[in-house]
Order: sequence, then structure tokens, then C-alpha cells
Amino acid sequence: MLFNAASPKPALSERGRSFLRGARAAFSVPGLILVFAFVGFAGLARGAGLTLAETVFMTAVVWALPGKVVLIGAILSGASLPTASLAVGLSSVRLMPMVVSLVPEMRGPRTSKWVLYGLAHFVAVTSWVLAMEQLRGIPRDMRTSWYLGLGSTLVVGNMVVVAIVFEAAGEISQPISALLLMLTPMYFLTSLWGSARDGAGVLALFFGLLLGPAAHLVVPEFDLLVAGLLGGPAAYAVHRLRLRRRAP
Amino acid sequence: MTFTSLDAWWWPYLFILMAGWMTTDACRFLGVYFGGRIAEQSELLVFVRAVATALVAAVIGNLVVFPSGALAETPLLLRVAAAAIGFASYLLSGKRVLAGILVSEAVLGAGIWLGL
Repeated sequence: MLFNAASPKPALSERGRSFLRGARAAFSVPGLILVFAFVGFAGLARGAGLTLAETVFMTAVVWALPGKVVLIGAILSGASLPTASLAVGLSSVRLMPMVVSLVPEMRGPRTSKWVLYGLAHFVAVTSWVLAMEQLRGIPRDMRTSWYLGLGSTLVVGNMVVVAIVFEAAGEISQPISALLLMLTPMYFLTSLWGSARDGAGVLALFFGLLLGPAAHLVVPEFDLLVAGLLGGPAAYAVHRLRLRRRAP
Repeated sequence: MTFTSLDAWWWPYLFILMAGWMTTDACRFLGVYFGGRIAEQSELLVFVRAVATALVAAVIGNLVVFPSGALAETPLLLRVAAAAIGFASYLLSGKRVLAGILVSEAVLGAGIWLGL
């Protein structure tokens, strides 16, 4: 403090308040929908023959929901370790550009890269969408604390949800299970649209929606990768062309 | 080496760590590595966000068109209609996520109830 009067190090209590503000952001409509999606996931894992401890463990270490659904699919089909790793890896590739776009917004002038590596574990659609919406309203040197509050609350909260549902619910009836499984895509779709900032984002959303299933028919193993690597650049190219036409 | 090929108590956890955690967090860590080298206002970020959005959108498309579990028992047309009507409600309600989700669930629920 004495040496750095120009930009004082934030007090611990201030960090704590930002952490709690981030934690509160988890108690929102996106957070609630994520809980329902995890209710569906717990049912899926139970149906696949996983134990309660394995399911909670998977929730903590993988965290991203599509990656876990793919992993359970691989376990169900008796896939070998390399095959399962590849399938999960392909579904998780999307996390890389998500983190790339989050890091410049999240880091402050003093942020250690190890803090960022630690916080990256919490990145999945919900915390990413909430962060892209709300980080700009958080003071720059408080953003890592805010995101730690948000991310850890989501992870720990849903570990508890998974454990409770796994124990209590038993078999979820077919229609309810179908309705729960529909929550995730609708939630991803609407929140992704809400977080799109530019024309490129909106176009990428449409291209990805169409290319995902199309690529699944042609190259089922690499569907997401193909859809992302075709759809993203195509959206960006169209966006640039449009800008150029508007402002010659 | 599959999930059930070793009888040891620790094997499922090791399998989940190696197949699930390592690959997933490797992608996240690569993101931190590259993200640390990009300026916040960079045009490259618009491009990277487009790729990220297209990838998540592809996940959405596949969850609706090629779902798993109980949702796979419903007809494709019903799922697409539920998603489209739900999304239209989201836009018409002034981007209320909850409105979009509830309407699409209502359409899907009605379809299942009617035995479509």
C-alpha cells in the first residue's frame, strides 16, 4: 500500500465482496436452468450405471455438460480410453476459443497467469455467457474474484444437485426426462443469442446450428470440429464483407 | 482399456480423469495461453468468438436433431418445432430466456401428451 499509492492493491474485504457478487450471479435464470440440466444429467448417469461418487467426481473435474454427456456415451458404448478421450476432446475444443475471448476481459493489470489457469477450469457455457454479459460492469481488478465466486458456486452447487437427484429421484419418467433433455439446447440457444455482440456472432450461431447436424451425418466423429471450423470463419467472412459494403 | 476393464475401485476415477478431465482442461489451458497474447479490442477476437459461437451452436443443433436418451424417442419434427417456436417466443418477448424455454417445453410437452 505504502509503495503503490497510485494503484493501491485491493483490500481483501473488497475481494470478498466481489466474490459474493459473483456467487450471487449464479442465482439467476441461467443458473436455475443449469440446475435443471444437471437434474437430467444425473438421471442419464444413473441410467448408464455410474455410481453416485463417480457422477459427482465427473461433475467436478470435467464440468462442461456436453463433454460429460459425450463421456457417458463413450462409457455406455464400451469405448476404449483413447477413443473416449478423443470424443471428449472434440466436444471440448469449443472451450478453447471461449477461454481465449474471456481472458482479455477478465485479467487485470496485476493478474497472475496462474490465477487465469485456475479460473479457466470453471469455463463452460453458463459462466461464460454470464461473464461476457456482466464482466464489463465489474471493476477491472475485481473481475477474477467475481468470476471465482460465480464459477465455484456453479460447480459446487451442481455437485450437490447431482448428488441429491442421484439419491432421491431414482428413475425419472420418460416424458419428464425428455423435457429435461430439451432444456439444455433451448437454454444454450437463447443465452448464446443474448451474448452475441456483433454480426459475426449472430451469423456464426445460424451456421453452427445448420452445420452441426449436417456434419454429424457426414463425419460423425468430428462433427463439432468441422461445424466450428467451417461455420466460424464463414460467419466472420460474411460479417467483414457486410461491413466493407456499409462503409466503403 | 474400457471403463469396466479393471476391477479396482480407482479405475473408473482414473478413466474419468484421463478421458474427461485431461482433454477438457487441456482445451481450457490452451485458451488461457493464447488468450494472454491477444489484446482486448483485437479484430482477431471477433474471429475467435465467431468460431466459439459456431461450435456451441453445433452442439445445440446436434442436441435437438440427434438427441440422446428419452428425447430421442420423440419425432424430429416435434423437437425442431418446439425449438423454433420457443426461439421465436424468446425474440418476441424482448429476449426473455425463460419465455423461450417455457414455450418450447410447453410445445414439446403437448406433443408428447398428444402422443405425437
